[in-house]
Amino acid sequence: MSTTVDDMSRRIGAMSSAELAGGRESRVTVGDVTCANPRMVCRDVDVFYGSTQAIKGVSLDIGKNEVVSMIGPSGCGKSTFLRCLNRMNDTIDGCRVTGSIKLDGQDIYDKGLDPVPLRAQVGMVFQKPNPFPKSIYENVAYGPRIHGLTNSKAELDEVIEGSLQKAGLWNEVKDRLDKPGTGLSGGQQQRLCIARTIAVSPEVILMDEPCSALDPIATAIIEELIDELRANYSIAIVTHSMQQAARVSQRTAYFHLGDLIEVGETNQIFTNPKHRLTEDYITGRFG
Amino acid sequence: MQTSTLLIIVLGLMSLAYYVGRKRAIVSAGGAGRISTLHSLPTYYGLYAALWAGIPAILLMALWTAFQDEILVTLVKAELPGSMLEGLTPGAVGLLVNDIKNLASGAIVSRVATPEMQAAADRFSLFSQIAVWAMWLGVLAFAVGGMAFAWARTKPQMRARNRVESIFMVILVVFSSIAILTTLGIVLSVLFESLRFFQEISPLDFFFGTLWSPQTALRADQVGATGAFGAVPLFTGTLMVSTIAMLVAVPIGLMSAIYLSEYAPRRVRSWAKPTLEVLAGVPTVVYGFFAALTVAPFIRELGMSMGLDVASESALAAGLVMGVMIIPFVSSLSEDVINAVPQAMRDGSYALGATQSETIRRVIIPAALPGIVGGVLLAVSRAIGETMIVVMAAGLAANLTANPLDSVTTVTVQIVTLLTGDQEFDSAKTMAAFALGLTLFAVTLVLNVIALQIVRKYREQYE
Repeated sequence: MSTTVDDMSRRIGAMSSAELAGGRESRVTVGDVTCANPRMVCRDVDVFYGSTQAIKGVSLDIGKNEVVSMIGPSGCGKSTFLRCLNRMNDTIDGCRVTGSIKLDGQDIYDKGLDPVPLRAQVGMVFQKPNPFPKSIYENVAYGPRIHGLTNSKAELDEVIEGSLQKAGLWNEVKDRLDKPGTGLSGGQQQRLCIARTIAVSPEVILMDEPCSALDPIATAIIEELIDELRANYSIAIVTHSMQQAARVSQRTAYFHLGDLIEVGETNQIFTNPKHRLTEDYITGRFG
Repeated sequence: MQTSTLLIIVLGLMSLAYYVGRKRAIVSAGGAGRISTLHSLPTYYGLYAALWAGIPAILLMALWTAFQDEILVTLVKAELPGSMLEGLTPGAVGLLVNDIKNLASGAIVSRVATPEMQAAADRFSLFSQIAVWAMWLGVLAFAVGGMAFAWARTKPQMRARNRVESIFMVILVVFSSIAILTTLGIVLSVLFESLRFFQEISPLDFFFGTLWSPQTALRADQVGATGAFGAVPLFTGTLMVSTIAMLVAVPIGLMSAIYLSEYAPRRVRSWAKPTLEVLAGVPTVVYGFFAALTVAPFIRELGMSMGLDVASESALAAGLVMGVMIIPFVSSLSEDVINAVPQAMRDGSYALGATQSETIRRVIIPAALPGIVGGVLLAVSRAIGETMIVVMAAGLAANLTANPLDSVTTVTVQIVTLLTGDQEFDSAKTMAAFALGLTLFAVTLVLNVIALQIVRKYREQYE
């Protein structure tokens, strides 16, 4: 990681202002934000909603074939940061992102870059399952159709079967592909949304609390699925459940009030946190 | 001795009763500090007393004013010498009674007053005076009596709140049934008149006849007034004007709804939406003369310049203007359902790399479609029932035509022409209006029921 003088002074400025504001300890990220085989590289990302700053100078890498979990108390900016990674924040009025976020070396906030194909490369699964009010088949076919990924019905059928299989839903729905996706159970709906995301063959999948609306059994199925998906995709997951972060991720990032406090191997974060705020959070002292 | 004065006095007594009842409750509890021993708050005891003072008295007053006249007339008639009423039809008796009343009140009388009539008139005014006094006494007695009754019953353990609330519930039920009963009354009156019409004209002729010429003969030997009641030209005319209106309103309304809800920046929406809704506030008669004086001549000029034969009052002109009138219905109903599509649907689509227009076409419109259809159906029933624009711009000739440049007439226009001016209520011509009204009512009712069903079903989808 190359650090310019300019960069340094900005960090020092941010640090001292945080301390002036009453923070007793450093808000500079503890731990190594980089990883060996990065797919997405984020450096000094600031996000503003109007005049309020939601994210303050966050740097983080998301590596190939790894699951990065982001934890932290509500309102800490972890979802906001996640939504920067596929420019979903563009749809929010008055949201401004600065800093650099690169996908395979390409700056995704580059003026010339169209966010539409980007979102096909960086898919997203939401907190509440949101299948379209269409049939199961049409839900999965939606992405391939709009991107023109397939040339024939047979090819499309193949993509749909493959996606549903990868999402672990094929056996449950193969006999009722023409039934509405909204008629499935919550866990099945969420897997349908994952299948829908996979169908456009993304490189990175972002998951925003994908299990918070599900029961423990459905949650366990999705977590297993996330572990399997790691073989093909990079995954960034925001979660409120520390057990879930510990179970599914290789690296964990702890956010606090818009700052990225600590990043590290999931094991290390949960057994030996370096920063006091991280320790307070994972031991349940707040949040 | 006006009734309104009495009403004001009763209202005054009610407020007195409120004050007294409240005071009494506080005293019976043992002072302001011990209000907690009361079953209800003192206010409820006050309301309880006020209702007892007001409702029986007002009910009595209403009944009295409703029946006083009839009773007085019966009394006066009974005293008239039998020779005066002999051989008179009920209508003539009514005239006589009217004259007596007019004589009593000093208004113009339609005949020379005989001494008997003068005597009857004197009696009538005497009776009226007695009746008014009796009503005053009765009503005030009821008010004071009710207040005393409530006073006697005000004890700390009395459940004043429950009683007051159940009385209020009864009042609410009464008022809502007024609305329902009025609707029912309208339907029944139209229904019975229509049945009388269908006794003269066969429903088959009415619903399937293709000639509409409702001039019935006044004299047996009159020529040129055949009285044909085939309503098909009216139905087709209505259908054509409504179709043209929907062809204008649906695309424009829907597109503006999509623009306003999906694309427009907040600043544009904040003035564009109210501006669009101003259209809904323009009185239909204003649309009517816009159609008749501006649009119809324009279409005629345009048609003539292209060598077409255009009637000066054309279905096209009426339909176009009616369409403009309906735009705000379609747009605001559609905008509501489009806004009701959850943001999660949009996010889901964007996150798959769909563009905004793909999201609108493939996700939002299909999801909102049932609601949009419901809104459009409501607009259709509005178009079918619209009267003023077509009266002024569509014409009166009942042409059975598929040419929108011709003049057509609609069901509503014919109802208006049949019922304006002098009519005889025993001729098929007048009663045809009721049959038309019933048909119109049935059609719009069915459309509304379907629309509401669709809209309701749609609402359940996301809840």
